Amino acid sequence: MTTNGSGAARRLRFEIFRYNPEDSDSEPHMQSYELDEAPYMSLYIALNQIRETQDPSLQFDFACRSAICGSCGMLVNGRPALGCRTLTSDLPDVVRLHPLPVFKLIGDLSVDTGTWFREMVEKSEAWIHAKEDFDPQAEEVRMDDNLAQAIYEGERCIECGCCVASCGVANVNANFTGPAGLNRIARFMMDPRDSRTDEDWFDVVASDHGVFACLGMMACEDVCPKELPLLEVHAYLRRRMLAARFMDKKD
Amino acid sequence: MTSALVSTDVLVIGGGLAGERCAIEAAVAGHDVLILSLVPPRRSHSCAAQGGMQAALGNCVKAEGDNPTMHFLDTVRGSDWGADQEVARIFAEEAPVAVRELAHLGVPWTRVRGGKNSYVIKGKRVEIDERLENDGLIMHRDFGGTAKWRACYAAAATGHAALYAIDSEVVRLGINVRDRTEVVQLIHDGSRCWGAVVRCLRTGKHFSVVAKATVIATGGYGRIYGQYTTNATINEGMGAVIALNTGLVPLGNMEAVQFHPTALAPSNILVTEGCRGDGAYLLDKDLHRFMVDAEPEKQELASRDVVSRHMKQRMRDGKGVDTPYGPHLWLDLRHLGEAHLTTKLREVSEICRDFAGLNPAHDLIPVQPTQHYSMGGVRVNKDGQAYNMAGLFAAGEAACWDMHGFNRLGGNSLAETVVAGRIVGRRVAEFVADTSLDVQTSLAFAAKDSAERRAAEWLDRSGTGPSVYAIRDAMGETMMSKVGIFRTGEELEEAVAEITFLLADCDKAVLRSKVPGMNPELSFALRLKGMLRLALVTAKGALLRTESRGAHYRSDYPLRNDADWLSRTLVRWPLDASEPEFSYEPVGEIDLPPGHRGYGSDERIEMRESLDQYNDGVYERQGKNGRLPTREAPGARLRRGEWKEQI
Repeated sequence: MTTNGSGAARRLRFEIFRYNPEDSDSEPHMQSYELDEAPYMSLYIALNQIRETQDPSLQFDFACRSAICGSCGMLVNGRPALGCRTLTSDLPDVVRLHPLPVFKLIGDLSVDTGTWFREMVEKSEAWIHAKEDFDPQAEEVRMDDNLAQAIYEGERCIECGCCVASCGVANVNANFTGPAGLNRIARFMMDPRDSRTDEDWFDVVASDHGVFACLGMMACEDVCPKELPLLEVHAYLRRRMLAARFMDKKD
Repeated sequence: MTSALVSTDVLVIGGGLAGERCAIEAAVAGHDVLILSLVPPRRSHSCAAQGGMQAALGNCVKAEGDNPTMHFLDTVRGSDWGADQEVARIFAEEAPVAVRELAHLGVPWTRVRGGKNSYVIKGKRVEIDERLENDGLIMHRDFGGTAKWRACYAAAATGHAALYAIDSEVVRLGINVRDRTEVVQLIHDGSRCWGAVVRCLRTGKHFSVVAKATVIATGGYGRIYGQYTTNATINEGMGAVIALNTGLVPLGNMEAVQFHPTALAPSNILVTEGCRGDGAYLLDKDLHRFMVDAEPEKQELASRDVVSRHMKQRMRDGKGVDTPYGPHLWLDLRHLGEAHLTTKLREVSEICRDFAGLNPAHDLIPVQPTQHYSMGGVRVNKDGQAYNMAGLFAAGEAACWDMHGFNRLGGNSLAETVVAGRIVGRRVAEFVADTSLDVQTSLAFAAKDSAERRAAEWLDRSGTGPSVYAIRDAMGETMMSKVGIFRTGEELEEAVAEITFLLADCDKAVLRSKVPGMNPELSFALRLKGMLRLALVTAKGALLRTESRGAHYRSDYPLRNDADWLSRTLVRWPLDASEPEFSYEPVGEIDLPPGHRGYGSDERIEMRESLDQYNDGVYERQGKNGRLPTREAPGARLRRGEWKEQI
């Protein structure tokens, strides 16, 4: 826990974005709350304390509170982060919280990431396009463990939306596949269980809304709570697509 | 804009693994399916399951000779003979198919690496040559209470990987999902369920869904233990509550509550059993490995109920590490090495870093036993059909199916979600194919009116009164301190009295906020009474059961008593009754006779009657308790006696 010069617990000020679209009297504004810092205090603990002792109308989302469900993305002093694993000891005395941009606002800090990600999955058909039907009697198809680990690396995305919110392109182009979407495409592209060819992928990945729309600012990699190697993912997709269109055409 | 009345063939309440797998089965059979979920389905608590999914594939050296029969027997022993043995057998036989199906759908299971592998087994580092001909098959890790390495895993994010694969299939099939919705009441006519009343968590508005079949797949209810649970904030047990509130459908074995040995102290975030499976130690404050003395055979890998009790006892004996948050013990992962911790236990390393500032390669990890899993739930027959209410089904943790009895083995719940999803989904599809939607819409509107009245009544209350959050916190303190790992009649009586008092308090509680929309305080208030009722039936069920079985341990009745308590607790709460009603049914037809589990105490009170006498009356007595007919004859899949040739 951070303490001030005298060693006493800090008094934190939270400035929180407030707007309830269901309330015709509600206007978007910032509202301040104060709280005494406690050891191991996360934004999960702090926001629940504010709601339960100061302002029961405050809306925010937490579920697992252990950084695996991806519910609690929010802007913390302007930077997308998971609230549950952000400790107040890592923050200054004043903490400004906003809902993630890009996603539709539900109320206060709560945004609709569910609809955005379902649409992304639908558009990129982010599921295994199986080569044959599942045979319940058969042994599993073998896979090298190194490849399984490589696929797992991309599979770790929790769809919290932090990368999307941090992305300059996603903020102005509603159709951009976004870093999380591109990561998911790369995950299926490297999976031998998926029957899609590079030609199939080309239309999705190389379109105006695919990997070439990325301007390379890479805030996504900086903010990803799972530390996914998004820079590598982008490079992989660009390489695969360029190779698919230009290298193979030589003959 | 949501219309006030929606209709579908199959309504699935809950977007976790069990609900979604069930939905897939019904959709593939050609039925119209609607999934309702509190959160976007991928955020359901299935995603937090870490260490593994049990399935007897027998792929690695330490799994050689494994088969579904051994898995079935381990499951029954783990349950302390509280399980329905036919269900445990059906489960064990279908688990390998369910795991391979997940591989087909894209789960990146950790695979066997043929050749030399280094493991930590019972405190020793050993080198084992994995067979080259098994290279690339699905790998297993050790878990508690199993004869073989059986848990299939994707690092320490098995639930996450499985949920994403299943949810992708839901999207592929175009199944309709409405997230941020909460079911608040079932629509039924006294013997037949016709859907549910739903509250939208975006707008606060209610609507009705009428359905030919309704499936409760809402997971566990750990949050009745307040903050003393590994469960997500959304595991508040509303599936069990809506069933209990019918006054007709019984809940089974609510006193059977699992405490996971290794929750991170003090935040209670889960640290997987896979750690101990991979060789981690439990240490006391003197850094002594006390589980070796306590359980020389299984050591840290006895079943969770047994390990949690030893840990609690160790802390009672003054061997815990004292902190302002209470005592804890240590989990020691250091000897597993950095490479192992950042791959096979990667998520554990992340949790230790993010929530405790610790690196398990160098630091000891503070852990304590904490509420983790609800063996109890909506009592269903082997088809997943609820007792006393045709057309109502339940699957997964929300159900008491009942393959776990009084203690679930690690990795069996994740496997249950997909296995039960497949099986119950098939039964739901068959049920729907044979039926039509003969429901009077007045029934649906009346149910919606009563749900809206309850919300309005909360908003109408004024003046001073206790806050809903204070009542919740008091409930959690009572449950953890008096309905915990060690229980006594005296403390359980106090717990029943305290929760009864809180129930009265709940009727006097007043909201501080009356904002329009979903109103988070109102949303919670609407759950509170139901949560208190679950807490009460749990405490009272524990008080009435004067024996110790699995996770239900009575210090004043320390022996398992097969003479009097080889039974399943059923509880109903009749409409307008001030108290719940308890009854008991046989656990099911018994194949593996009650005996020693292979860990924990070997002392017990033996059955008075013969197994044949016990088995003779099983189905009749279950029928009297509301069990509905099954597609296949009861007991048909058990094939009594066959296990003796299969081990």
